[in-house]
Amino acid sequence: MLLAGFTWDVGADLRALFEFHFMVNAFRAGTIVAVVAALIGWFLVLRRQTFAGHTLALIAFPGASGAILVGISAAWGYFGFCLAGALVIAAVPRARARGYSEESAVIGTVQAFALACGFLFVTLYQGLLEGVNSLLFGSFLGITDGQVRTLFWVALAAVGVLALIGRPLLFASVDPDVAAARGVPVRALSILFLVVLAVAVGEAAQITGALLVFALLVVPPATAQAITARPLASAVLSVALALLATWLGLAVAYFTDYPIGFTITTVAFAAYVTVYAVRWVARSRLLLRGVG
Amino acid sequence: MIVLAVSGTGLTDMLTHPFIQHALVAGTGIAAASGLVGYFVVLRGQVFSGDLLSHVAFTGALAALAFGVDARLGLFVATVAVGLGIGVLGDRGHADDVVIGSVFTWVLGLGVLFVSIYTTSTAASDSTASVHVLFGSIFGLTTGQATVAALVGGGVCLVLILIARPLLFASLDQAVARARGVPVRLLGIGFLGLVGVCAGEATQAVGALLLLGLLAAPAGAAQRLTSRAWVAFWLSGGLAVASLWVGVTVSYLFASIPPSFAVMATATLLSAAAFAVRTIRDASASPRRAGPLRAPVAERSRR
Repeated sequence: MLLAGFTWDVGADLRALFEFHFMVNAFRAGTIVAVVAALIGWFLVLRRQTFAGHTLALIAFPGASGAILVGISAAWGYFGFCLAGALVIAAVPRARARGYSEESAVIGTVQAFALACGFLFVTLYQGLLEGVNSLLFGSFLGITDGQVRTLFWVALAAVGVLALIGRPLLFASVDPDVAAARGVPVRALSILFLVVLAVAVGEAAQITGALLVFALLVVPPATAQAITARPLASAVLSVALALLATWLGLAVAYFTDYPIGFTITTVAFAAYVTVYAVRWVARSRLLLRGVG
Repeated sequence: MIVLAVSGTGLTDMLTHPFIQHALVAGTGIAAASGLVGYFVVLRGQVFSGDLLSHVAFTGALAALAFGVDARLGLFVATVAVGLGIGVLGDRGHADDVVIGSVFTWVLGLGVLFVSIYTTSTAASDSTASVHVLFGSIFGLTTGQATVAALVGGGVCLVLILIARPLLFASLDQAVARARGVPVRLLGIGFLGLVGVCAGEATQAVGALLLLGLLAAPAGAAQRLTSRAWVAFWLSGGLAVASLWVGVTVSYLFASIPPSFAVMATATLLSAAAFAVRTIRDASASPRRAGPLRAPVAERSRR
């Protein structure tokens, strides 16, 4: 970007960062998305449904490019396709007897087909070929006030639903059999969760791009759950980490000419690797002490 | 058939165009290799390793472009190295999907960095390079590139056919195969190296993002149509080649449809058709016998 040079004066840097309205909007949108993605991602990691998240994120790409082709806002495409995808995933019963290998072949086929459809839409909509990169890998330019408002209300609804179903969902995630025996509607909860997840993926994809949704959805919660096992503490921590990744990523992308997709993923992944390294050192030290 | 009837004149001179010849020569080698390798990828439950390799292919190719080397060099070095790496680490580190997903994301993020280095540093660069790597450009191959792609594809097929028997044994029942003296671990590593070569190949045809489909769709369809291993193996290769030919033809006839979409759509349709055939056959056969017949094989390949 290099709109303003980076100095070591933090105050001047912050002023430079918020000098332009598009940057203010980028921070607003990024903050909303980071909070939603981290909270819903926390359940996602706990429930080990990362693959569902991955699939939904890839569906977001044909959604967005299809919406642009038809001539409506990409946001509708993101939310519409993700919600439809979530309902399809929820409708397909867990085919246990068919076996894992066949199921994964189906998932791989569906993903590749979704991406191919996205590419078709992009090709049909001539002149957007440069926009492919921002749909896939994120962009923080040109976020309007209206988009921020949409992101905010959708996020509020998603977090509201999550707050309502949070306790039984936690129970059902940790021990589905016992929860079902105690009368918790496990299946209904899992469908509802997929819908909320679709909303979170649709939001995150608008900042990080369809391919890098994991940077906000999975990496911060996984880092937080590695630090502490207490539910509330790790949920708060996961939001903090997602905010850190987004803010730092936006700031670095603003002052350097590195793309946003690279900066956000790198900050999130660096935190993840650091926590794992610290844990590994601590554990091997404990082991050594045990031996000695 | 409808397509053929509608524009028979277009088809007759289709083969006279050099870019179609190149696409078919290279594509046949690539698709045959992907289909045959894909059969074992699905059987061994390694579709997600294929997914990781596709991300690596993107980053590898763009890293090579960013540093001014031939994209194919970066492509093959990255995919083969990571394929062998997964093979070596695979037995010890049982990485779960959260770890794999986090690494995926960062690898892609790194790829984006190389995109921006490439587009800003080289003066005469085209900004569609990343699109070509992501979604393939089979119509843009030169004679030399097509020959190399066909030769490498043929080589992959040949090596795979040579190791196919012990590999099948090791995939179906690892413990028994090991007891009978089959070098299970070496086969596993070598196979993932082959998957790496195949991923590098397929990236040139359908692109890094869609190569998973070329690996998984024909193999999944073949496995669903028959439970006999060798029939499914050859069927998978055949379906992949058929998808490519149909895809290239459709894309030639309708210029606005990109070839990689047409290939993927054909493969997906074949897969869906196989699913339908299987469902009808299951419904007409006794439901008690149809299900568990294949289940033990699939369960065991989960590792």
